Amino acid sequence: MKWDICDPSVQYLLHLGDDALILGHRLSEWCGHGPVLEEDIALSNIALDLVGLARQYYQLAAERVGGGCTEDDLAYWRSDREFRNHVLVEQPNGDFADTMARQLFFDAFHYLQLEALQNSGDAQVAAIARKALKETTYHAEHSADWVVRLGDGTEESRRRMAAALERFLPFTAELFTPAEVDRVAFERGWGPDVASLKGPWDHLVLEVLQKATLERPEVPHKLLRGKSGIHSESLGFLLAEMQSLPRAYPDATW
Amino acid sequence: MAPTVDLEARFLDYVAAENKVEPKDWMPDAYRKTLVRQISQHAHSEIVGMLPEANWITRAPSLRAKLILLAKVQDEGGHGLYLYSAAETLGTSRDQMVDDLLTGKAKYSSIFNYPTLTWADMGAVGWLVDGAAIQNQVMLCRTSYGPYSRAMVRICKEESFHQRQGYEIMMHLARGTQEQKAMAQDALNRWWWPSLMMFGPSDDKSPNSAQSMAWRIKRKSNDDLRQEFIDKTVPQAEFIGLTIPDPDLKWNEERGHYDFGAIDWTEFFAVVAGNGPCNTERLEARRKAHADGAWVREAATAYAAKHSARRAAPSPAASKAHAA
Repeated sequence: MKWDICDPSVQYLLHLGDDALILGHRLSEWCGHGPVLEEDIALSNIALDLVGLARQYYQLAAERVGGGCTEDDLAYWRSDREFRNHVLVEQPNGDFADTMARQLFFDAFHYLQLEALQNSGDAQVAAIARKALKETTYHAEHSADWVVRLGDGTEESRRRMAAALERFLPFTAELFTPAEVDRVAFERGWGPDVASLKGPWDHLVLEVLQKATLERPEVPHKLLRGKSGIHSESLGFLLAEMQSLPRAYPDATW
Repeated sequence: MAPTVDLEARFLDYVAAENKVEPKDWMPDAYRKTLVRQISQHAHSEIVGMLPEANWITRAPSLRAKLILLAKVQDEGGHGLYLYSAAETLGTSRDQMVDDLLTGKAKYSSIFNYPTLTWADMGAVGWLVDGAAIQNQVMLCRTSYGPYSRAMVRICKEESFHQRQGYEIMMHLARGTQEQKAMAQDALNRWWWPSLMMFGPSDDKSPNSAQSMAWRIKRKSNDDLRQEFIDKTVPQAEFIGLTIPDPDLKWNEERGHYDFGAIDWTEFFAVVAGNGPCNTERLEARRKAHADGAWVREAATAYAAKHSARRAAPSPAASKAHAA
């Protein structure tokens, strides 16, 4: 892209914003196709919160890049190698149990991350985190409620929920494995040591699984480096779709 | 049968005096049936209407546009909910109504059987389709059935917001690059006539109109609503430099209205009969969502049943499951 986005604080904001945008985008794919009307509305609501949160991080990043860079430049004109989100959030929706497993794992992490970011040495990040923590608490309750209902529902829902946990748990190690962007943020006092969030996260997730009468699957972790720009094959397609219009009409504004 | 005649005559006087009918009030069976048909059709239109716009959520060209569109489609889901609830007060369950939609027994607005092909269609749908819907819905705020009228008051507020957002998209495109302007004009060309058809056939060809007017369900004729919509919309198109695709359109000083060209009702009836460009896709998308979601709904019901039973009388097995 034409902007210089190498500044470490910009990189950190992009990392935070990309998680929110990409997961919000995935959830928005459910709109009109949910299992029940109330869930179309709830998933759209969460997607709205997440895309709204991404905008706040990107606006701040764009300001720091300067020279007239905008939030849309950062969302629509970076390539997949320049995205800094976790590989977990870009995974396709699958069935409703898959979406809820992905969501439970991310929401619990996001909650702990924002709780820590409230005390960020970057005052603007701290302000964003304080506001986002409330809505994220609601997201975490929503996904936890569904994992419990599906786990302790029918035989079929239990089987699907267990399979979904098994599918997505291997992606969660990346959440707690510091990448360059995390290490710099921690050293400069902007963000938490992500490895330290693992214990509290295990606790939150285990509590939900117990209520759901489900076992935590024993699965090996995947070696993932989304935060360094090495993504799964699905992100390229997601971005091709998301970025298509601005790239087809580069002279236009919307 | 004298008492029935009496009741029906009194009912007509009651609604003619601008009184609202409430769920527990006596009402003619045909009034109830007409309302269930109309309100559920309206609810289905909101739900099916989510699809052509949801088609562009993942491709919205700016983050702001993405949020606005997503919020709009979410509102439509909410409107569907209010309307299903209003229809349920007449004694038909939401499950039954959804079933009627999926089996093709119930209808929804034919406008949603047209495809959304470009981003400009998000503008045209908001401006024209929501605009035409509002024309009808403002009238329905004064409809005789209380729950329907109250749902309409809430819905109208949000719909007029949607219409402004649609017009804003069109205005932005019309003032943009040559390609954007062409995109806006193309969308207007494709959506104009189907939007006029949304008001339904002329009154002399609309068999239920007279009865609905007598019951005060409907307050204005299809032709009057259509004329109001045209009179309001033509200056809006002129203001942003777009051309309405009707060579016969011209202001009639004497009538104080725009005259307009003949509507191709063969197209309308073909789409109503199921042969529009997207009838199959829209219904299939709804059927697929419903079928794919069946196990989720069953799980939620099973979970709720288990837990209300456990709360009522905790069995040893249930306590054990909780302790585990």
